[in-house]
Amino acid sequence: MQDRIKYWKGIEELENAPEFEKHAHNEFPEFLPVSESNAEGTPATGKTHRRDFLKLLGFSMAAVSLASCEAPVRKAIPYLNKPVDVEPGVPNWYASTFFQNGDYNSILVKTQVGRPIKIEPNNLSSLTSYGTSPRAQASLLGLYDNNRLRYPLIKNNEADWTKVDKEIMSRLGKVNGKVAFVSSTIISPSTKQLINEFGSRFANFEHVMYDANSSWGLLSANGGVIPGYDFSKANVIVSIGADFLGSWVAPIPFAKQYIQTRKVSSENPTMSRHYQFETRFSMTGANADVRVPIKPSEEAAVITAIYNAVTGGGSSAASISNAAAVTAAIKELQANRGKALVVAGSNDPGTQAMVTAINRALGAEGTTIDVAAPYYTKQGNDPQMIRLINEMNAGSVGAVLFYNANPVYDHPLSEKVASGIKKVNFTLSFADRVDETAALVEYVLPDNHYLESWNDFEPKKGYLSLSQPAINPIFTTRQMQESLLIWSGSNTDFYEYIRNNWRKVATGDFNEFWEHTVHDGVLENGTSMLLVNTNVAPAAPVIKVIKPTGIEAVLYEKAVGTGDMSNNPWLQEMPDPISKATWGNYVAMPRSMAEEMQVVQGDVLKVTMPNGGVIELPALVQPGQAPGTVAIAVGYGRKLESMPVAIGVGANAYPVATVVDNTVFFTGPVKLEKTDAVIEIAQTQTHHTIMGRLIVQESTLAKYKEEPKSVTEYVRIATHEGPAKPATISLWDDYEYKDHHWGMVVDLNSCIGCNACVISCQAENNIPVVGKAEVLNRREMHWMRIDRYYSSNVDMETKDLGVVERYDKMEDPADNPSVIYQPMFCQHCNHAPCETVCPVAATMHSSEGLNQMAYNRCVGTRYCANNCPYKVRRFNWFAYPNNEKFVNINTTMQTDLGKMVLNPDVVVRARGVMEKCSFCVQRIQLGKLEAKRENRRTKDGEVVTACAQSCPTNALIFGDMLDPESQISKTLAREQGERAFHVLEELNVQPNVTYLTKIRNLA
Amino acid sequence: MISCILRTKHKIVVAFLLALTVSFGANAQGASEQADVAAKGVEPGATQGAAAAGDAAAADPAVIDAGAALFKNNCAVCHSAGSDVIVGPGLQGVTDRHSDAWLHKWIHNSQALIQSGDAEAVAIYEKFNKQAMPSFPFTDDEISSILAYLESGQGASTSAAVPTTVGGVPGTEPGENIGTDAIGAIGPYLDIVLVVLIVVLIVLVVTLLLITSLLKNYLNKNRQLNEYDNEVVNQRFDFSKIYKSTPVRVLVGLIFIVVLLDLGWDSLMGIGVSQGYKPTQPIAFSHKIHAGDNQINCNYCHTTVYKSKSASIPSVNICMNCHSQIKTESPEIQKIYRAVERNEPIQWVRIHNLPDLAYFNHSQHTQVGGIECQTCHGPIQEMDVVYQYSPLTMGWCINCHRETPLNTKGNAYYDNLVKLHDMGSSGAFTVASNGGTECAKCHY
Repeated sequence: MQDRIKYWKGIEELENAPEFEKHAHNEFPEFLPVSESNAEGTPATGKTHRRDFLKLLGFSMAAVSLASCEAPVRKAIPYLNKPVDVEPGVPNWYASTFFQNGDYNSILVKTQVGRPIKIEPNNLSSLTSYGTSPRAQASLLGLYDNNRLRYPLIKNNEADWTKVDKEIMSRLGKVNGKVAFVSSTIISPSTKQLINEFGSRFANFEHVMYDANSSWGLLSANGGVIPGYDFSKANVIVSIGADFLGSWVAPIPFAKQYIQTRKVSSENPTMSRHYQFETRFSMTGANADVRVPIKPSEEAAVITAIYNAVTGGGSSAASISNAAAVTAAIKELQANRGKALVVAGSNDPGTQAMVTAINRALGAEGTTIDVAAPYYTKQGNDPQMIRLINEMNAGSVGAVLFYNANPVYDHPLSEKVASGIKKVNFTLSFADRVDETAALVEYVLPDNHYLESWNDFEPKKGYLSLSQPAINPIFTTRQMQESLLIWSGSNTDFYEYIRNNWRKVATGDFNEFWEHTVHDGVLENGTSMLLVNTNVAPAAPVIKVIKPTGIEAVLYEKAVGTGDMSNNPWLQEMPDPISKATWGNYVAMPRSMAEEMQVVQGDVLKVTMPNGGVIELPALVQPGQAPGTVAIAVGYGRKLESMPVAIGVGANAYPVATVVDNTVFFTGPVKLEKTDAVIEIAQTQTHHTIMGRLIVQESTLAKYKEEPKSVTEYVRIATHEGPAKPATISLWDDYEYKDHHWGMVVDLNSCIGCNACVISCQAENNIPVVGKAEVLNRREMHWMRIDRYYSSNVDMETKDLGVVERYDKMEDPADNPSVIYQPMFCQHCNHAPCETVCPVAATMHSSEGLNQMAYNRCVGTRYCANNCPYKVRRFNWFAYPNNEKFVNINTTMQTDLGKMVLNPDVVVRARGVMEKCSFCVQRIQLGKLEAKRENRRTKDGEVVTACAQSCPTNALIFGDMLDPESQISKTLAREQGERAFHVLEELNVQPNVTYLTKIRNLA
Repeated sequence: MISCILRTKHKIVVAFLLALTVSFGANAQGASEQADVAAKGVEPGATQGAAAAGDAAAADPAVIDAGAALFKNNCAVCHSAGSDVIVGPGLQGVTDRHSDAWLHKWIHNSQALIQSGDAEAVAIYEKFNKQAMPSFPFTDDEISSILAYLESGQGASTSAAVPTTVGGVPGTEPGENIGTDAIGAIGPYLDIVLVVLIVVLIVLVVTLLLITSLLKNYLNKNRQLNEYDNEVVNQRFDFSKIYKSTPVRVLVGLIFIVVLLDLGWDSLMGIGVSQGYKPTQPIAFSHKIHAGDNQINCNYCHTTVYKSKSASIPSVNICMNCHSQIKTESPEIQKIYRAVERNEPIQWVRIHNLPDLAYFNHSQHTQVGGIECQTCHGPIQEMDVVYQYSPLTMGWCINCHRETPLNTKGNAYYDNLVKLHDMGSSGAFTVASNGGTECAKCHY
């Protein structure tokens, strides 16, 4: 079975381009310039002269001997008055909540002597108990962002809060006209109530919510709320353009529900079947069993066909290129009434109304849709926002306040917003930095970071959570809510305000209830507090057919989201789940279009947007992109001084979005024009190649049900006694493990490719960010990567075709490949090839099965990286800390403020040493110590690596393989001979990481 | 450079002498109760299990032990378990003088009780010079265990001075002090063997010389020797022959080079080793007065030494527990007050500096390992000014890990490991045999 599937990491590998082939075999590509002036051109002539060399040698000798005689005086500064619950060296944990643009996570914040240093999932939350999103992990950096405003601004001049308050209170008293409060979605019950109270003193007040990535269509079709989807109850999931695992509505809760239907075992070999009709290749599409690329304009046809079929209104076959898949989907939906769910990403109210009708007809309400518990994570009202923009331009707005909103950047009518702001007498922004909108307003009153604030949340009806400050405000910033309270003349602070508000839902003694709730971070007793505008007339199920003109472009959220996390280097360098591109956006186009336009990857295209604006972006040939369409990510093209990390990265694609009937569509027609320029795209995908080996394994559910032992291919070595397991023929003696034997199981069925583990690992292990130039040089430092393999099953797709057509078809596997994700990190081999080649024994095996790396012993020969079959070792080509070259790239290691995020239990590595995944040995050591302190053995689940802890789908299981009761031991015992396999088993390196074969529920 | 080398050399000699002294004196150094305390756990919460048994089991030795540990680490600085007054009253019979509920309230927050106007509380406050007792966040079970300990009268028999530990060498059975015993175990025998060997050699040389002269005398007197034999028997010892001979010169040259290399090597190895580092601190704090003369438990000031990787430098509020009353006129103490007034923390000079690449955890060594503070920090109770006692080199760490048997007694974590070890080896179950010399135990 395996030999029929061809895996490839990128187009260049599929086509075996000569340039690719030349470097494929090298661990370190030698074409790279060795001097530091690499990416920017100017080849260095750098030859060192003998005299210079001697001078340098002499100087460094002198410096070393001088420095060695006197050690610098180091201070030990204790607290003046130590807080009772802070113990230096012992972390404190606080329950809190991260919410940004629909991305909701109930979290725990780890603080060391008052500094938040890590975000972990809050297991008490039933919505997001498994793990977090990558953005929640990376949100930590926002706290230590040097570019946040440190004080309020009045007309761009520094001011103090008393002056600000005095001025604003007098100005607000004199407002002439409407007072508008513009924000993105607010799911905080207390904040919303406070805004309403604040507004009640004005004659004409309006709270306008809008979302950059709007779900207005969905809201207006469902009475102002988002239906309480429950993917865990669905046998058949049909998604039409909804990236529900990545960026749609509430991705982390959805991922948790979804994965419950995707985990299989031989006792319970059932899986949901997931159909995905979409334009761009999304992460959700990558996880689908059947993925069909369609144009945005074809969505209507698909939905209409399903609507007609399930509501019995006649069955017209969809007039799209792959109608067979639609028919199959309809058949399955009808066969699974009550266990089916249809979701759509479209923002057209009519389309969404049809989807609602489809779900109702399928009996989804009460089963796969919890009617009583809708989601509140998107509440943005497009018509209201557009009306406000018009009112601002008409001059009828007297005051406008922006909170968590940056419409000058992220609204398709940004020019009108900018012109409107100029006509408003009193303008104010609560932005944490001078962003595009804040630059145009009179007052900028920086809000606290969420880790410095009290707040409450209700992402889903009846699911409440709190956030509490984990640190005092670093700068003289003030929470928006505090300002509103002061301007309302109230004496209570926002903490008291929330407390008073929560008395409504309290049971028993309030103080006790409150302590308990703050401790847990969540309250899920069914009570609801959030005021939501449900006074929305349901849209009629009539699809607005948009006539395609030219090339259809779709917008989507990449790592940095809608743009408010653009200044976050961790996210900038996080590879996209599909394209594996870091740093910046690009025009993702199908291969057919690239061939037609004679464009190769990296060629700069002039993109003419619907509003006439022109941006220049490089092209990326994206397998699986629907023919005749392109996809561009939003959130880039920032030119702000306050976002130095994002300067010069990509271009702003928001103007591609179009406004039709007062609704914002994330699609639009564009014109593309090839230019002569080239911008290289920093992709990590082909940095480590497969060389045609058996690395990743998959099979089908049908086969798994039939014979679980048949799904995985085990390599056997030919001996004179017949085929033998590689492990039985060994040159080495085996290690004997007495205490612990740490290992990891990676369930390829559960991994959705979201990268939360990558960022979590980066935060935990002080991994530097290297920047676009160095990623291009293949020098990214991530200890953990998620390999994305494209594959095309030639046999499956061609069985109905004639010989000639079959050959024809085989030439185009890149049109709609399948994707399989494989998290890859140090495999901690028991017979590690890296250990035997190190000339200084800097890497060696521990008595607990770990492959240890002693940085201070490493001399940088890089033999180990050359000898590693998994390509997981990373070399410090530069001194990343305190290096001007990385000042706006690796922000965590340059300034005192940035360095606060570093994990004090892990060393920052120096230049010239090798590093790699350590299985979070600092956590292992701590876990063992805790157990020893309490005179007991470690408990399963107590020692968990950062990646496994933050995985939102529990795809990674870490534990002690010597403990027969541990989850990992049980899983391994169950899956042995069925799905469990080692990557490259034939090398007999005997990894401590085991993978479980991916099972697809193919139609 | 030269002075640098000389200094290091000097230090090494001193260190060697010290090491000798330590190895000879190791057996004399008895174990202290601190190891005991450490093994049982000192932090609030550690006793929960024991105390959970409730009041019915008040006489349960586990509860009393837990209470004793808590008492020593939290109360003993100001109270004796007998009847003497230290700062606060002696606590013998305190459970008879006050009700249980009242005591719980008082320990939790004495100030609140005084402010509430409680007559008993105010009376005590007045009687002891309005010296406020700090609040303790113990659980009720923990307080009960302390009271059970006081009631048992175990602590009352000891004298008023806190029966600790720091440097104090109360007579306890040898063998409990795991850390130093191991180092000492082979030391004295080795020395004795050496001395015996040297004596034997000297006796041998003297005997040989005697035999030679006897034989020579005999030959000269009793035998007719020919010229050749006479020359051989009565040859004169010519020193010039020795220093002119090539092998001797080569040998001496080699020794000279080896000594030079050794000196050079030692000085290079001494780079970055700041053993004996004794900086002047902003406040002339004396460990001798506090830990030595007044027997204050280390844990009283270095509050996290049993629970954290860092032992922590005491914050000013800990100083003020006593110094709000004691020696208020001293110019050094006044520095503390100034720090409080200016709201600026005191900037102590850090003495023990491990490089970033080495991870060290105090609680692993103190609580789990049962190691004395003095094992690494030296006779801290005698230091007026603290200096770095140990070299803090990797060799020093590793050596201890190789030689120190693990403190496995009563720790369920090690039960199976000890069994496995005893099956496979007859040697001691040292830190190293449990993987304690592996890189990633300290470097990550």
